[in-house]
Amino acid sequence: MSTAPVVVADDSVVEKRLDDSRPAGWWHLPATATVLGLIALVFFGLRGLPGAESVFALARETDLNPLGLVPERVTLPSQGGAIALSVLALAASAGLWVLQARKARPSRGVRIALIAVFAVAWVLAFMTWVISQRSLDVTTLLQGTIVLAVPLAFGALSGVLSERAGVINIAIEGQLLFGAFGATLVGSLTGNVWLGLLAAPLVALIMGALLALFAVGYQVQQIIVGVVLNVLAIGVTSFFFGTVMRDNPGLFNAPLRLPTLRIPVLADLPVIGRVLFEQNILVYLMWIIVAGLTVALFRTRWGLRVRAVGEHPKAADTVGIAVNLTRWKNVLLGAAVAGLGGATLTIGTGVAFGEEMSAGKGYIALAAMILGRYHPVGALLAALTFAFADSLQLRLGTMSAAEGGVSIPGDFLLMLPYVVALFAVAGVVGRVRVPAANGQPYVKQ
Amino acid sequence: MKLELRGITKTFGTFVANDAIDLVVEPGEIHSLLGENGAGKSTLMNVLYGLYRPDGGQILLDDRPVSFSDPGDAMAAGIGMVHQHFMLVPVFTVAENMVLGNEPTRGGLLDLAAARKLVCEISARFGFDLDPDALVEDLPVGAQQRVEIIKALSRRAEVLVLDEPTAVLTPYETDELMAIMRQLRDEGTSIVFITHKLREVKAVSDRITVIRRGKVVGEADPSADQAELASLMVGRQVSLAQEKAPAAPGEIALEVEDLRVTDEAGTRTLDGVSFEVRHGEVLGIAGVQGNGQTELTEALLGLQDSVAGSARLEGRQLVGRSTKQILDAGVGFVPEDRTHDALVADFSVAENLVLDQHDRAPFGTAVSMSLKAIAENANKLIPEFDIRTGSAASAASTLSGGNQQKIVMARALNRELALLIASQPTRGVDVGSIEFLHRRILDERDKGTPVVIVSTELDEVTQLADRIAVMYRGRILGIVPGDEDRDVLGLMMAGYTADAAREAVAAGARTTDSQLADEGDIA
Repeated sequence: MSTAPVVVADDSVVEKRLDDSRPAGWWHLPATATVLGLIALVFFGLRGLPGAESVFALARETDLNPLGLVPERVTLPSQGGAIALSVLALAASAGLWVLQARKARPSRGVRIALIAVFAVAWVLAFMTWVISQRSLDVTTLLQGTIVLAVPLAFGALSGVLSERAGVINIAIEGQLLFGAFGATLVGSLTGNVWLGLLAAPLVALIMGALLALFAVGYQVQQIIVGVVLNVLAIGVTSFFFGTVMRDNPGLFNAPLRLPTLRIPVLADLPVIGRVLFEQNILVYLMWIIVAGLTVALFRTRWGLRVRAVGEHPKAADTVGIAVNLTRWKNVLLGAAVAGLGGATLTIGTGVAFGEEMSAGKGYIALAAMILGRYHPVGALLAALTFAFADSLQLRLGTMSAAEGGVSIPGDFLLMLPYVVALFAVAGVVGRVRVPAANGQPYVKQ
Repeated sequence: MKLELRGITKTFGTFVANDAIDLVVEPGEIHSLLGENGAGKSTLMNVLYGLYRPDGGQILLDDRPVSFSDPGDAMAAGIGMVHQHFMLVPVFTVAENMVLGNEPTRGGLLDLAAARKLVCEISARFGFDLDPDALVEDLPVGAQQRVEIIKALSRRAEVLVLDEPTAVLTPYETDELMAIMRQLRDEGTSIVFITHKLREVKAVSDRITVIRRGKVVGEADPSADQAELASLMVGRQVSLAQEKAPAAPGEIALEVEDLRVTDEAGTRTLDGVSFEVRHGEVLGIAGVQGNGQTELTEALLGLQDSVAGSARLEGRQLVGRSTKQILDAGVGFVPEDRTHDALVADFSVAENLVLDQHDRAPFGTAVSMSLKAIAENANKLIPEFDIRTGSAASAASTLSGGNQQKIVMARALNRELALLIASQPTRGVDVGSIEFLHRRILDERDKGTPVVIVSTELDEVTQLADRIAVMYRGRILGIVPGDEDRDVLGLMMAGYTADAAREAVAAGARTTDSQLADEGDIA
């Protein structure tokens, strides 16, 4: 009786036996990198313009630049520079071969570092080649990147808010469009751009309310609702654009612009000064919202509940969290955030409202959300990546029209941001952990 | 706290799940709710917990009528529930899961330090060893259940409902759970224990209420013998002990060697499994749910992506072949998840009965189906397997779970088999039909077919198997004879090797489960 052995309760984490052999697709990444690196070496380097020079303009004379710490311009021989950068990219791909071949589970940090080195070297090689004989103003390029990233980032944050709570948000496009429309309409009716800024999220709420009503209230298939709402947004805004706005543009569709807020001293720093500290309020709001949402989602009671609703709504219900109410609130909040993104398209850049002016940015924002792994910071970084491609495309478009040297057809350049988005998302899909209950309506008996 | 349910009625469409049920749970007692699968136990508790709205009746707590519109109300009133399917967010930590819905905060942010402290305090009280920062999805099922228990206790539950808590536990973990239940009762918590396992009811209850087809059919005393409880639960005399002739094993039919499965994340879910099955023999695969059984059967059927190793059926390699080729080789398969993997819910019973043979004589050719042969097949099998359906043309989804299972079994057994693989062959089936289905499996064995039975119910494995392989964390810990001691099997399910388990049992490790099995007349 006394010798009954004790069977200890085993509450320890199940140790997972990881497979020690290489996964079957281990060579995909290094092989892709190598092929891309060779393309860069051959086309940007060996077949580049011999004797030409590429100039990257950095600091300006007026900048706060003690002792000329940052050079005004960096001049590279186009061919030699591109060859050197391609070789660096190839070295990074060689590193990837070694890393992926030797270990089944290479450390994430080293892998990401190598990929980053490869990407930067490759992009610089491309730029060195494409601006042969010309000069590229880096500050303008980066400033454009930030401006273009704002609608994408706000759109992606809208997606994060709604999909973390389990509602698929394809309607970002429509929310951006409504935001852009509302900002211009109210701004020009009242003649006050700040009222326009306030109106953008409120008008976008209409889209959010419709999405929540059908997706949460009536449990309609969420992807279909989203697509239909996008079409509706295009239809409604085009109707008003074609009627009242065209009849009296001065009253209903005046181009307004939010003032640029320049932060003294900081804005005088070379290169990054004007990029980060000479922007309108929407750009500053973007940083604040990304930081605030990151803390809110992962460190507060609200965030824990939102994530629980998106992962396991029934579990959330059994501890007294109102699942559908949470989803309603988050979809509305997301729509408001996307509305701010829409405002960037009109009052943020100083143009009047135009038909279908969101031009697919909502879908790119969706891609940024997925690439950013449903995390606000990730979404921001992804938005910046896509915006960089877009900004580069804009700069190159104006340049090739002006001078000789290397010229790429304009239509091909227009594809650039979408090609980048396609490759980025294709590379990451399947490895992103989607909220488990995303897209599944919650019904109580 | 005293809990009283008066005349609770709940209907789903025309189906009456609870029919005027009365139940009184006194403070500090363990009250068992005994009934077969589908008798309405879980529905009743979901009504009590505010998940379902009752169509009639009243809930009283300490003689005051209360009504709950959602689980939050029930919790606030002091009712806690440990659900059959855990209500835990897999990607959250233990601490996060425990405080969800009731989070301590400091300065607007979550106070996870307080949550961790609470986990440690409560788990220390019951001798648990939970790491507050472990992700729930990384914990073994038994530990996940303990997280559920401390989650309920952290909200000061005075009435604790445990819904089929032992389904996922080894016999030893079950014993530990019973000790926790007694400790809680002694501290004054009222416990409602829902189960269909007679032995557990006898071991732990203070009072027993038996439910059959949505109605209370009687109260019983824990001293009642098991046969009496069983007949009360089923509604007639039952004898569960299956007469099994000894097996006459022939040549080796299926030879599995070092079979490995890797999941998407690179985790070995099946880790070098080897065994063989002979003609005319049943190999039982025992083990707690989620220890690689699903991966094993799916790997044999060609349903897993990343499979290494070898599985030869009559010398022919199965690994690397398509599921269609494997089925054509004469493998009959009963998947463990009936609703997702075995039936097309909107297809008729007749169509579901030929799902794996629809393009083959006599039911069809590559381009057309022979509707007549399919109808005749249905007319033959429906009475033979006692499938209770309105007609052969009714959609499979209109049948009860037990009858759906009979369709799956009938389909698998209705042809010349080279191998039968059945996962949970009698899950959700009523006691009488279990007897019949077991008989059919044994007949198949006696015809010389090699049979692999996977079941998490130890009773089922011991009744059917000639040899038993116990799986634990993706491996087979040992293959023992079919008449091995239950306690040895129980220890093996908890990770002991066969020899270590035998030694421990010889040294006196006995579970309540096996002690009661010895005195009861039910195996």
